Amino acid sequence: MTTYYTKSHEWIRVDGDQGTVGITAHASEELGELVFVEAKDEGTEVAAGDAAAVVESVKAASDIYAPVAGTLAGFNDALSDDPTLVGKDPEGEGWIFRMTVANPDDLKGLLTAEQYKSL
Amino acid sequence: MDRAFPMSDSLQRTPLYDLNLELGAKMVPFAGFEMPIQFPAGLMTEHLHTREKAGLFDVSHMGQIRIAAKSGDVKDAAAALETLVPADYVGLAAGRQRYGLLTNEEGGILDDLMVANMGKDLLVVVNAGCKVQDAERIEKALSDRCVVTRQFDRALMALQGPAAEAALAPLCPAVKDMRFMDVIETELATATGSVPVTVSRSGYTGEDGFEIGCAGTDADRVARAILAQPDVLPIGLGARDSLRLEAGLCLYGNDIDVTTTPVEASLGWAIQKARREGGVREGGYPGADIVLKQTRDGVARKRVGLVADGRAPVRAGAKLFADAEGQKEIGVVTSGAFGPSVKAPVAMGYVTPEYAAVDTPVFAELRGKYVPLHVRAMPFVAPGFKR
Repeated sequence: MTTYYTKSHEWIRVDGDQGTVGITAHASEELGELVFVEAKDEGTEVAAGDAAAVVESVKAASDIYAPVAGTLAGFNDALSDDPTLVGKDPEGEGWIFRMTVANPDDLKGLLTAEQYKSL
Repeated sequence: MDRAFPMSDSLQRTPLYDLNLELGAKMVPFAGFEMPIQFPAGLMTEHLHTREKAGLFDVSHMGQIRIAAKSGDVKDAAAALETLVPADYVGLAAGRQRYGLLTNEEGGILDDLMVANMGKDLLVVVNAGCKVQDAERIEKALSDRCVVTRQFDRALMALQGPAAEAALAPLCPAVKDMRFMDVIETELATATGSVPVTVSRSGYTGEDGFEIGCAGTDADRVARAILAQPDVLPIGLGARDSLRLEAGLCLYGNDIDVTTTPVEASLGWAIQKARREGGVREGGYPGADIVLKQTRDGVARKRVGLVADGRAPVRAGAKLFADAEGQKEIGVVTSGAFGPSVKAPVAMGYVTPEYAAVDTPVFAELRGKYVPLHVRAMPFVAPGFKR
């Protein structure tokens, strides 16, 4: 499994064409405590950069973008009960949605952990 | 995630700018000022701390204006201000403060303000974004009878929450005897001596608390003295907004503006009996004919409080519908956030009068769906005022 990052502070962990997406620890810290998280319905087709989910703090809503093109394959239901899970473990238990990656070659255009850190 | 907060060179700074930075504030542009949106504790903690203990807010961006009658009688200044504001200020006793609205010829709201009778003159506090135009309007209308003094270099801070009195009294003993909406001039003890301050027992959170005005040059030591008290944390504008929304208080520019009248905004309580139809000083302010007519005949929309049935916050700008299919549009949300104390999404907005009754179900458009809310009484939290 490899984890890639976006300039808009998402991460995607990929196993074959199955990806898990969340927001980075840096993004989570910037947003503060979350009060609501929601992803688009399973089966929704998204292009790279499309809003696939939304995370909300008390004051603001922020879109979470699909890192690459694909099909949404499920939401982290644990976040419905406890959206603060994102803040507690943004790159683990606080994952947001899964997706089937349309073209795994697209992942090469994303950032490595090293590249993201140096932003 | 998009974020861009370009800090323009033209932004003004309050006298507490350096202290805010020292306290770790995240600064954002607001009403032409560089203001703290939150401190390291974060919005959620700041909000809850203010409801449970006490929070100190830098609100020095707001405008303080003094109005003194040339006759020397504060009642003449009050009567003069009543030509611009539909509130009873002639009947406002010395040492008391009262909310009011500056109206235009159409009955629209130019600003909302707090007016205090200081005994010898009036102390008016207005919103940051409106303060220059407010001062110009007041000067133009009143300068034949009054001396109007802009005190925009003064500082203003709000200490809010159930522990506010315990925090302020050691520095400023006179505050113990104050009730809600009292105002006094006194001295506040700092580490480097006492300084003159104005103190009102009021605020913008729904909690007990005080607003403390002082010279800009004294602001830093006043704030440090208050922050050194137990249970006091610095609080940013982010929590100020969620606190005032839970308290059902309007944000000028969002919930009220020139397109809304006091009647539409459900602020009829800010027009006291003396200024209403049949009152001893009925009307006599800009737009009075329209406001009196609306009071009599009703309006096409009313400001109401809303609480979402679900967990998704409904934000300003969301359209409101009578039905879950989005067929019949009935209004719009003007403020919305997750209410940390209510523990649910809260909002206010305008709806047609047939949907304004408490407990009426309505629906808000949210990302292509229609989420259920109910009209609820405001404030959404029990007020903590010391009456």
